[in-house]
Amino acid sequence: MTYEHIPAEKFAFVQEDKKLRDKALETKARGFFADAMIRFRKNKSSVIASYILLFLVLYAIFVPMFSQYKITDTDSMYVNFPAFVPSVADKGWGILDGARVMDSQNESAMLFWKGIATETGKDPVIAKVNTYATEVKYRGKMVTRYTYDLAVNMYYAMGILYRNFNYAEFQRIQDWQNETGIQVIYPYVEPDDISGIADRPNIWYKCDASGAAILDENGDFIPAYSTYQEKAGAEYNSIRLPNDPGNWVYSTAKAGSVQCRVSYYNYYIYRNGHEPSYLMGTNAMGMDLFSAIGVGARFSILFAIFVSAINLTIGAFYGAVQGYYGGMVDMTLDRISDILSGVPFVVVTTLFQLHLAQKVGVVGSFLFAFVLTGWIGMAALTRKQFYRFKGQEFVMAARTLGASDFRLMFKHIFPNAIGTIITSCALVIPGVISSETSMTYLGIVNLSSFAGTTIGTLLSQGNAAATTAPHAMLWPSVFLGLLMICFNLFGNGLRDAFNPTTRGVDD
Amino acid sequence: MLKYTIQRILYMFMVFMIITFMCFILIRMLPPAVLPPGDPHTEVVMMRREALGYNEPYLVQFWLFLKNIVTKWDWGLSEKLYYGQDVWTVFIRKLPPTIIVNLYSIIWSIPVGVGLGIFAALKKNTWVDYFLSTATMVVISVPSFVYAFLIQYIFCFKLQWFPFLMKGGTDYFSLAMLRSLVPPVLSLSFGVIAGFTRTTRAELTEVLTSEFMLLARTKGLTKAQATVRHALRNCFVVIVPAIFGEFIGILGGSLIIEGIFAIPGVGGLTLNAITGLDYNIFMLSTCFYTAIGLAASLVVDISYGFIDPRIRMGSKK
Repeated sequence: MTYEHIPAEKFAFVQEDKKLRDKALETKARGFFADAMIRFRKNKSSVIASYILLFLVLYAIFVPMFSQYKITDTDSMYVNFPAFVPSVADKGWGILDGARVMDSQNESAMLFWKGIATETGKDPVIAKVNTYATEVKYRGKMVTRYTYDLAVNMYYAMGILYRNFNYAEFQRIQDWQNETGIQVIYPYVEPDDISGIADRPNIWYKCDASGAAILDENGDFIPAYSTYQEKAGAEYNSIRLPNDPGNWVYSTAKAGSVQCRVSYYNYYIYRNGHEPSYLMGTNAMGMDLFSAIGVGARFSILFAIFVSAINLTIGAFYGAVQGYYGGMVDMTLDRISDILSGVPFVVVTTLFQLHLAQKVGVVGSFLFAFVLTGWIGMAALTRKQFYRFKGQEFVMAARTLGASDFRLMFKHIFPNAIGTIITSCALVIPGVISSETSMTYLGIVNLSSFAGTTIGTLLSQGNAAATTAPHAMLWPSVFLGLLMICFNLFGNGLRDAFNPTTRGVDD
Repeated sequence: MLKYTIQRILYMFMVFMIITFMCFILIRMLPPAVLPPGDPHTEVVMMRREALGYNEPYLVQFWLFLKNIVTKWDWGLSEKLYYGQDVWTVFIRKLPPTIIVNLYSIIWSIPVGVGLGIFAALKKNTWVDYFLSTATMVVISVPSFVYAFLIQYIFCFKLQWFPFLMKGGTDYFSLAMLRSLVPPVLSLSFGVIAGFTRTTRAELTEVLTSEFMLLARTKGLTKAQATVRHALRNCFVVIVPAIFGEFIGILGGSLIIEGIFAIPGVGGLTLNAITGLDYNIFMLSTCFYTAIGLAASLVVDISYGFIDPRIRMGSKK
């Protein structure tokens, strides 16, 4: 069959009146960022990391905001105390019960704990972890002596403390007691009645000179509360102990004030309006670690983002000029950044602190220290990108059309480099956090007065008591570790998503 | 190559002088330390200050500072921490512990790190590789004082295998000393190991997929032969300079680890000089750290050229 002589009527116009159009795209167009996002989402670890990161950031924002503790709320007695939440502790699950193990507690120590439990109604002993029996010869007979390793609730174990109040405060506490029914002030004990022991406010019973309780025939404590009305510091007409015959004295006179025995736990409620409740325990300053970490992290993250933004801007400009002009300009600017990058960071920070802290504040000078050398990496990166793009045809075309240098740099070349630059910014942030933490950890920079606290400060405070209160070091470490890992994973994921060619290459 | 090396050295020296000059002026601009009256050294320090031109312009002071160093290797007297003592003597006394700790640390971490890297690269895309890569990532992200804390708490406190702090004295090779050095060495090693694992893995995976490896296999080499003779050599072009750089870096030590384990090294000295505002010691530390940083980058740069004949730096092409 040939097509040589096809009659004209066999032909028909495809379209005569209709407009000819391209078919509408059935799928939505995907931009550069959307494409990158799809690649990013495929990277499971980065996605998980970004969720954890989001969680940590939300923690830093909201925990200090909604916590019942402000960063200035420090308690002078609850220092380096383990985690304790009263409602959870009551359940007896063995968590959040403020427990610390005290080893080799003998019988008289057990009586001491029992004394606290009897008087305040809060038993500090949570459980016996270990029991050791030893046979000793006592007055010619072999007797078995027991010692215990006890899990002790540190908050309850504080028991009673001596406190001095002026008369007005003493009255206010009494009023508060009447109102709430919580007893803060306990009957006074004259040291003379307890074998002259004046530094152990928890003893309220007859005891020998070593503080060991002397029991009556039923094995009960014999109260040694003061009945010397003439020594009373001030009038007391508030809650009394249930077994009070009515003549126990609740304070003693000191110069211009009264001294009382107060249950510190209840005194804490009186002062703060709530029970002590520390989800992560307290640190060496008596801060609530849970909210202190939030406060510190908030500063660290904000500071790091701020520093990165400044460094990004400076570095981008510097690198753009270097890369665009090349030649002598490039070389000169390169020498300058060489010199700046040669100065050790510790030295820069110290010198800035010494010179500028008086004038622009600690944070300002710390910021300058970061900015002085921080942009160099960014500049090198931008410079490389500019060298890559500046010879390409689209730049030449724009130049032919008469675009100025500035326009060429920032309208035509820079947008091509922005993916690389942004992603490296995500990797700069953890670097800044790390250096900032090191500097505050070492105490070269002290940001406590500005930021309340920082993770580095918390860590250095925790490190001082790392063996007795490991939690004070552990939680900031966990937080910082997670933050760093997630930032790095997130940054790596972003980089792989934006520059698929460099995937898997860690540099 | 020689010309390039000399050029680089001269250039580095110039950079070093400029940094020293800047830091010197910034330090001298600070008010000098207040001296304790009545101390026998006070008069000496005052006279030294006079001789060093504390009342002259800064340029003159810098000239005197340089002259003293070049002619007498005199870095000045400590004015706070080691009152009246020669700064250099104090400093040089602090150097051995730092070097020892860091030396032990890199001596075992470089083989381990490179080994793990090779292992990960050979097992690429298996669970071993994923595990090692993730672990490396985690280790690099977490700051060293966190390890130091964990090691101190677990090994020194709970298990009581090692003492808490570095043993005093100068018997750096005795058994007791070695034992007390394990925790700081371990804390320092994690980062180094992870760094080398990552570099080696990245480098080796790239080399393993290149075409000359295919050629090596096709001409009959076994996989092991090809890896050892061809791939490893190529990836050492990157690793060996890094090792050199690491060796220079041992002089610097770590401010943080030295503080935690009470190592009487230069890091601690620097930190004390900063907090105690002992400017002469601080000046010396500044020069020292700057020199180390520059030297490390110099050695890395130059060794590239010596190791890899393909890289001819300084030539026109």
